Amino acid sequence: MKGLFSLNVLTGVLNSMIALATPFLYAAIGETFAQTAGVVNLGVDGIMLLAAFGAFFVTLMTGNLWLGLLAAAAIGLAMGLIMALISVTLKAEQGVSGIGLYMFGLGMSSLLFKVLVGTVKTVQGFQPVSIPILSTIPFIGPILFNNSVLVYGAFLLVPLAWVVLEKTNLGLKFKAVGQNPAAADSLGINVVAIRYLAVCIGAILAGIAGASLSISLLNLFQDDLTSGQGFIAVALVYFGGWSPIGVLGGALLFSAVNSIQLWMQVLGVNLPASVAVMLPYILTIVALMMTANRARQPAALNKPFDRSEN
Amino acid sequence: MNVKRIAIAVTMIVTIVLGVAAAPLRIAVIMPSATTDLAFSQSMWSALLTVQKEMGGESALVLKYTDNMFKVPDAAAAIRDYAGQGFDLVIAHGSQYGSSVQDVAPDFPETTFAWGTDVNTFGMANVYAYTAAAEQGGYVNGVIAAMLTKSKKVGVTGPIEVGDAKTYIDGFVQGVQSVSKSIAVAKTWTGSFSDVALMTTAAKTHIASGADILTGSSQSVVGSIGAAKDNGKVLWFGTQADQASLSPKLVVASQVYDWTGMLREIIAEHQKGTFGGKTYVLELAGSGLKIAFNPGYALPANVRKAADTAISGIIKGTIKVQP
Repeated sequence: MKGLFSLNVLTGVLNSMIALATPFLYAAIGETFAQTAGVVNLGVDGIMLLAAFGAFFVTLMTGNLWLGLLAAAAIGLAMGLIMALISVTLKAEQGVSGIGLYMFGLGMSSLLFKVLVGTVKTVQGFQPVSIPILSTIPFIGPILFNNSVLVYGAFLLVPLAWVVLEKTNLGLKFKAVGQNPAAADSLGINVVAIRYLAVCIGAILAGIAGASLSISLLNLFQDDLTSGQGFIAVALVYFGGWSPIGVLGGALLFSAVNSIQLWMQVLGVNLPASVAVMLPYILTIVALMMTANRARQPAALNKPFDRSEN
Repeated sequence: MNVKRIAIAVTMIVTIVLGVAAAPLRIAVIMPSATTDLAFSQSMWSALLTVQKEMGGESALVLKYTDNMFKVPDAAAAIRDYAGQGFDLVIAHGSQYGSSVQDVAPDFPETTFAWGTDVNTFGMANVYAYTAAAEQGGYVNGVIAAMLTKSKKVGVTGPIEVGDAKTYIDGFVQGVQSVSKSIAVAKTWTGSFSDVALMTTAAKTHIASGADILTGSSQSVVGSIGAAKDNGKVLWFGTQADQASLSPKLVVASQVYDWTGMLREIIAEHQKGTFGGKTYVLELAGSGLKIAFNPGYALPANVRKAADTAISGIIKGTIKVQP
């Protein structure tokens, strides 16, 4: 237990926390956009899976990581359009269509992997890039400023998303169609177009979340690579109270506790492994109970908009 | 007229008999992960392909598989479907499928069912159980690891503390301690057979704590191997299947499950009319377990000798490894 409070462990926890939080940040902030506009997309995990495969396969074939990333974003966009078509245009129940999208992504990524790759292979993923001067700051420099571009991107996305949602006209439109689509419609906002845009932004970011796993953090693809991370990302949106800053807090908390429980096991802390692996989930639930902020939940969340009914 | 009828009847009987005689044996296997997982599922699928080749190809043995059956109810439906389609042998390749086999097998008394890893045939005449004495290869890997570690720290990345994942690691620890009691073996369990991201983080945690050798089991260890490869200096010991292809310079050796001998025997018994009632245990002694030394890693001669001594000691029974 004593070793748990050493500098080496703190460094290790912070390094792992940043790596583990990266896919959550992309996926959960993307989902924040969709939900702010009133659409719950439960297909995030499926988008991540198919995009993770796409990024991996394109990188494997071309050796070009940026093409791989582009493929992931394109797959995300395509699946976002499908989700929007089903839930916004056709007004299907959002939860069910999201689960359908997840199952499509899970099955299709597995099928394509089997047919096109066959066995587990690795690729050379995005390598850490040291930021001059900043990376030389003692202790935090190597932790914060020696990461891959996708890690930097995930953390830069937080303020960017906050600015878009809180300080721009577009953010206001997202909120308007998520809170009261009929009122937004009466003010001349194209509710359908705004919801399409929000869902597609979310899906593209979910695609990049998948790519962050397959061509940056793990550098391989395997069936069900995400292991349910997309669903945790959806939960993080609720945890974060539909705010990118809140999502950041949730992602860091969940990742840090996950990292700490691994260190506890490595250092032989006398705690059953089955309890240790539960810790991130228990703590997240407790934190969720303590910080529940339903007041911020978009009023029209999960409700299709039908102009003829208003 | 009667002669003509008899001739037609005889012709039909001969045709049917010849047809039955020529009908290929049909085996279906249900697996929790992909046939190409470089671990548990691949070990069985590779063995089935080997047996198929030995028997003369698809004309003699038809193979069907359903993989990624991580949901037990789906697997149970697949087991029943295959049995209903008249497959001769249905293999439920996962310790989570036991209750499904127990439920389905009584309805198809002439179908052979095999499942594992476990030792329980439920007292049924058409159920085989199979398991692997994974602790044996774990011990051998542990001996080699103990002789190669410089930092005197070894990391184990496990999925869930059950079945052969646990016995392999228990054997590994005994192997390490047989060489030196001062080597620290740290264990982590991720609570999942498939969470590659967490397995990768677990491996990186071991490396950050100073471990220069890693091992572990389940299909998610591809993440651990990736972490070792990224580091470039950490060595890896595999189990279930030969994992050298993932990191040809850093994988030292893998314990390989070879199910072919068991499959040959089950098939022969099925053809003689015996459909189950026995438990198979893969061991180093019967060549069901093999240690695949990676030719791409230059293992020092004295270490190889110690490994061979451990293997022969286990086979002869002079070394007892506790599961």
